[in-house]
Amino acid sequence: MNELLRRLFFLPEQGSTFAVKVDHLHYVLLLTTFAVAVGIGAVGIFFLVRYRRRTASDPTPRVVAPVWLEALFIGVPLSLFLLWFVLGFKQFVWVMSPPQDALDVYVTGKQWMWKFTYPGGPSAIDTLVVPAGRPVRLLLTSRDVIHSFYVPDFRMKRDAVPGRYTDLWFEAPKPGRHPVLCAEYCGLDHSVMRGEVVVLPPADFDAWQDAQRRNLPVARTPESMAVRGERVAAAQGCLQCHTVTGAPHIGPTWLGLYGRKEPLEGGGAVLADEAYLTESMMDPLAKVVAGYAPVMPGYHSRLSAEDTGALVEFIKSLRPLRPGVTAAEEPVYVPTGR
Amino acid sequence: MFPPAAESYLTDGRTVWSWLTTHDHKRIGVMFLGLTLFFFLVGGLFALALRIELLTPGRTIMGHLAYNRMFTLHGVTMVWLFMIPAIPSAFGNFLVPLMIGARDVAFPRLNLASVYLYVLGASVTLWGMFEGGADTGWTFYTPYSTTTGTAVLPVLVGVFIIGFSTILTGLNFIATVHTLRAPGLTWMKLPLFVWAIYGTSIIQVLATPVLGMVLLLVALERVVGAGIFDPARGGDPLLFQHLFWFYSHPAVYIMVLPSMGVISEAVCAFSRKNAFSYRMIVYSTLGIAFVGFFTWGHHMFTSGQSTFGAGAFGAMSMLVAIFTAIKIFSWLGTLYRGSIAIESPLLYTLGFMFFLFFGGMIGVAYATTSLNLHWHDTYSVVAHFHFIMVGATVMAFLGALHYWFPKMSGRRAPAKLANGAAVLIIFGFIATFVPQFLLGNLGMPRRYADYPPHFQSLHVASTAGASLLAFGFLIIAGYLAWSLRYGEVAGDNPWGSEGFEWRSASPPPTHNFTTTPEYPTGPHEYAREEVPHAA
Ligand SMILES: [Cu+2]
Ligand SMILES: [Cu+2]
Repeated sequence: MNELLRRLFFLPEQGSTFAVKVDHLHYVLLLTTFAVAVGIGAVGIFFLVRYRRRTASDPTPRVVAPVWLEALFIGVPLSLFLLWFVLGFKQFVWVMSPPQDALDVYVTGKQWMWKFTYPGGPSAIDTLVVPAGRPVRLLLTSRDVIHSFYVPDFRMKRDAVPGRYTDLWFEAPKPGRHPVLCAEYCGLDHSVMRGEVVVLPPADFDAWQDAQRRNLPVARTPESMAVRGERVAAAQGCLQCHTVTGAPHIGPTWLGLYGRKEPLEGGGAVLADEAYLTESMMDPLAKVVAGYAPVMPGYHSRLSAEDTGALVEFIKSLRPLRPGVTAAEEPVYVPTGR
Repeated sequence: MFPPAAESYLTDGRTVWSWLTTHDHKRIGVMFLGLTLFFFLVGGLFALALRIELLTPGRTIMGHLAYNRMFTLHGVTMVWLFMIPAIPSAFGNFLVPLMIGARDVAFPRLNLASVYLYVLGASVTLWGMFEGGADTGWTFYTPYSTTTGTAVLPVLVGVFIIGFSTILTGLNFIATVHTLRAPGLTWMKLPLFVWAIYGTSIIQVLATPVLGMVLLLVALERVVGAGIFDPARGGDPLLFQHLFWFYSHPAVYIMVLPSMGVISEAVCAFSRKNAFSYRMIVYSTLGIAFVGFFTWGHHMFTSGQSTFGAGAFGAMSMLVAIFTAIKIFSWLGTLYRGSIAIESPLLYTLGFMFFLFFGGMIGVAYATTSLNLHWHDTYSVVAHFHFIMVGATVMAFLGALHYWFPKMSGRRAPAKLANGAAVLIIFGFIATFVPQFLLGNLGMPRRYADYPPHFQSLHVASTAGASLLAFGFLIIAGYLAWSLRYGEVAGDNPWGSEGFEWRSASPPPTHNFTTTPEYPTGPHEYAREEVPHAA
């Protein structure tokens, strides 16, 4: 049934766990629409035949909708729409909240290519390799104009916006290949800004990643993003105001900052996630942590997209060590969602 | 050229100068009709070029840059030079004073000024097109629109000027409906077309200044590098999207509400019935005008706005859809126990209802938020808004053109030919835009000059449908032009309509009415005795 309807509506392959969920809602909605449309058409044609004008002066009665009928016309579609909204929004919340054990990959859009960077290396152009059966979270940004990372088989897209990070997650249950398209108009070659997601069995993925990291030439030893972030932090002078030891200085310490709820100057609080950390580099005065002076300059013109991502990874790696927890090569973070 | 019959607004001064300096709302309406039809032709030719390019993947007749300019010009022309002024400025100007028993609009000179502003804005935009043309899409998204090297500035300035024309027209209608209704014509007796134009005018006056402002900001950013939308200088590119859609979602209703007014009139006139639920249509018109301002975020579900924000905008969008659903049921109910005449305006009305319903339901599907993640920025969206803009508004525009052609010209178009053309247009429309829904499902993004080959068969189907549509429009243009001169003389009320505008002669004299009309009942009262229930 699923397969039949999918082909009937010209939907592509269901390449992610979300695709299966959302397609079912799609079927319900479209079939209801068809049913009601056919109903309206049938009633319209029936009226047309039944009440067709015979003479120019046919008498017609004055008919006014009674209140109960008006209430019905409002009530039935309203309850149907609200039901669909509840179903759809539940899926939306689910798909907007990345699970804890997701593998992070940084994605940078640029006219007209996609760059994928794994926190522990390597990075690749236009081909994203991920393991099957494991959630993957993409952290997207752009180096120039807005792009949108779109995988039709995953029923999923998210805009890559310059100066900030957005995220998207998916889980591909089966190995396979899925085309990536750019869905936000970005200029001349927008229509050929294409890529591919290659889903490998988990063992093959690990082997691929090891091989990639091993095979890099010596001169380009895979520098993990966190290591690069540490270098950038020193070069850009971040560490003159932010400590990594837990001691407050001119700015808040970076130790354990990631995932913390920070009280804000002027009330409210903010969760220090990728989006907030990025915003604070680009537009530091937008949300100042309570107790600190608004003195930090904006770094937009000074940090490349890669450097920004590296800094975020560096901050994420600065977690207070607890007994029994060893520093991991893969990023460690507190989920922002469920 | 026109019937030599009695004196009419057409014979009152025959020189070009008498048209260029006229204060007569009817002449201004006719001028707007001519201008918008011209730009409909221009925008349609752009569309045809796009459809031909999409016949094959890779290059068919133009490269990427030409394609990107072409879809921008198609959008800009169709939205601002055709859709927005088409029904309010042309038919609204002609009909609103006639429908409320007035001699003219409240500010006749401002009305004339709005024609000239429109011509000025259109000329600047056209000049920009010949200068090479913008390649930003009609949405002008930053930071692309602030950095691209094409001629964006003239297009921005042109649209900015046209905005003033829209605002003046809107202000004029609001003042007219409030102050110039004939004695005894109370609000709840107003023709539904007048209500629709009134609701539209409110949106025009409230929303268009925001468009003007945001276009000005983009222009400032391009000229002096203001940095408002530039993240490199602390600006925010998404701010543009919020401001733009704060105008452009209500603008969808600027384009659709008047067409709903046309349908309300036509469905009553061609079934000889009062509106099934007059008050539901009136209140839903006002409801759309109000709630339409709180749904703009549904254009940004994938832009990284908060999950809560997406939910709130999704729920509000569902509410707007309810108002439309109410109207569709009310129109359908009007046909019940009527005396239905199969004339071209009625055929367009039936097409309108079906396409508005179908297109609207896809809009409801987007508002569930989760489904939108797949469909956003694909051909599904292209099909959705063409269902509303062409399937609904252009159908209503053609219906209005046929319904009021005798009112404006005093002659009738050949009925059989008109019915045939209406059927052709309806099928051409289905053939053009249903494949685009399927393309969207398949994952074809919009604004693509080139595409992977598995999308081709649906594109070919859509282009075939578009040529059918073009053929239909050609036929209509042919027989309407012919009828202007040789059509059968219509008489004052060829359709036997009880709409108030038919109480004056066709074509009407310069001052509309020779005696002050009286309004004991609302419009479209055909029956003598009352049947209070639908049963
Ligand atoms: Cu793009
Ligand atoms: Cu909208």
